[in-house]
Amino acid sequence: MSRVPVVSLEGIHKFFGTVHALRGVDLSIDRGEVCAVIGPSGSGKSTLMRCINQLETISAGRVRVNGELQGYDERDGRFHVLPPRRIDAQRRKTGMVFQQFNLFPHKTALQNVIEGPIQVNRQRRAEAVRLGMGLLDRVGLSHLADRYPSQMSGGQQQRVAIARALAMEPEIMLFDEPTSALDPELVGEVLDVIKDLARNGMTMMLVTHEIGFAREVADHLVFMDQGCVVEHGKPLDLLDNPQHARTRAFLSKVL
Amino acid sequence: MAEKHGPHASEKGKQDEQIVRNVIIPRRHPGRWIALVVLGLLGIEIGRSLLQNPNFHWDVFLQYLFAPTVIAGVGWTLFLTVTAMALAIICAGALILMRESDNPILRTTAWLWIWFFRGTPLYTQLLFWGLFAVLFPRLSISVPFGPEIFGVPTNWIITASVAAILGLGLNESAYLAEIFRAGFKSISPGQTEAAQAIGMSRGRIWWRILLPQAMRTIIPPTGNETIGMLKGTSLVLAVPFTLDLMFATNAIANRIYLPVPMLMVAGFWYLVVTSVLMIGQYYLERHFGKGQDVTGGRHV
Repeated sequence: MSRVPVVSLEGIHKFFGTVHALRGVDLSIDRGEVCAVIGPSGSGKSTLMRCINQLETISAGRVRVNGELQGYDERDGRFHVLPPRRIDAQRRKTGMVFQQFNLFPHKTALQNVIEGPIQVNRQRRAEAVRLGMGLLDRVGLSHLADRYPSQMSGGQQQRVAIARALAMEPEIMLFDEPTSALDPELVGEVLDVIKDLARNGMTMMLVTHEIGFAREVADHLVFMDQGCVVEHGKPLDLLDNPQHARTRAFLSKVL
Repeated sequence: MAEKHGPHASEKGKQDEQIVRNVIIPRRHPGRWIALVVLGLLGIEIGRSLLQNPNFHWDVFLQYLFAPTVIAGVGWTLFLTVTAMALAIICAGALILMRESDNPILRTTAWLWIWFFRGTPLYTQLLFWGLFAVLFPRLSISVPFGPEIFGVPTNWIITASVAAILGLGLNESAYLAEIFRAGFKSISPGQTEAAQAIGMSRGRIWWRILLPQAMRTIIPPTGNETIGMLKGTSLVLAVPFTLDLMFATNAIANRIYLPVPMLMVAGFWYLVVTSVLMIGQYYLERHFGKGQDVTGGRHV
């Protein structure tokens, strides 16, 4: 197998109106790799992640998943917008977990998990339920399958959200500050699930404020500030021996 | 429960017996009793003055309550309400999709539709639909700027009841479209994003994720609109459509020179139908509140 990275970002720029949110970001994530992105608020880390599954459209550059250009067909040096169906198909390859969980409130935990397999992957109901119960079991919640999100704690909701993303069997899991909205005592249960995924070789990108967790679980740590990747490398190297003043300034505040 | 704090924490079984529950004396509400007495007396007095007042002609009220034209009028009023509302819901559904679409032409069309039907009086619109056959005597399909392929006289299609339904329904669609839009707007954008992230198509996101949640906020004002429509059907005499409840009771009133008991007959039936609609609304709300509205009992 040729070593095509699961995600490769090439020269990504993003403007929100006149705000230059991403200023030429290059990044690649290999299969089985866990890439954690840290940085101050407003540094563009969430925006960068949202560009990967096209929740944001990029202003310049290329996003590739398994080598496939996302969102566009590039012909004669121009970018032709893909039809919605192709974009939906590309999004299936990435699973996303949001800071605010975003579970579907009118559906039970199990219904949340099997919505994608049934509606998108056209799986049989029985098969999807088996898959869904397996995934809920994996995040330790099979006993709450019939609960609605409003009847669960934040940590439980986030674990259901992880199961929902896993149900699509994505190539990569994107975690957008998955523990930032949780009460402190509930953070651990979510991090344990993510750690378990990492052990099982899931390719992951993780935007986080949990520096300690990033150090423990990540293979690759990226520090972003003001829309740029300031520095990246092995977590221990970056955290213990930062090369840039901005990295040192940030770490001195959070560690 | 409190087992860790007791002096004999190890004797768990005994512990439960030793808990002395608080003796709770509920607050007294003398005001409620006073209000009951005052309102009861008022109610009896008002009821007596209504029932014993000869000007209300209760015998006439009872005589015409189930008169054939009145019952038929209830039927027609209900029919107009349901069909006009159905037409309005279908149009409003299309309008909301058009308004939220990426296509600027569809967006503008929907905006113009709402602008027009909301901006002109319902009575005027009903008059217009009544005059439609005069304005356009023949409905036909033809080559643009060319000869007619197929056509029929307009009054074959736009009968009085069709005119009434079109007038009521199209007017209502503009209001419903705004109610629907408010319903969809009340949903957090994170719902759409989560559905997009699992690769759902736009249509499926609308139908399976957004609509069921929007229904919660859409149903109460739509119930309002339905009840408004029920009573709005009395305007169809502008078409003129002459079989609805209000027209039927008015016709009898004019014949027997007793408007008051016939107004009471109409009022009675409007109340009955409204009550039935409210029961329906209750069940719809309960269905779409699943998972979001608090279902448990109230804590005392």
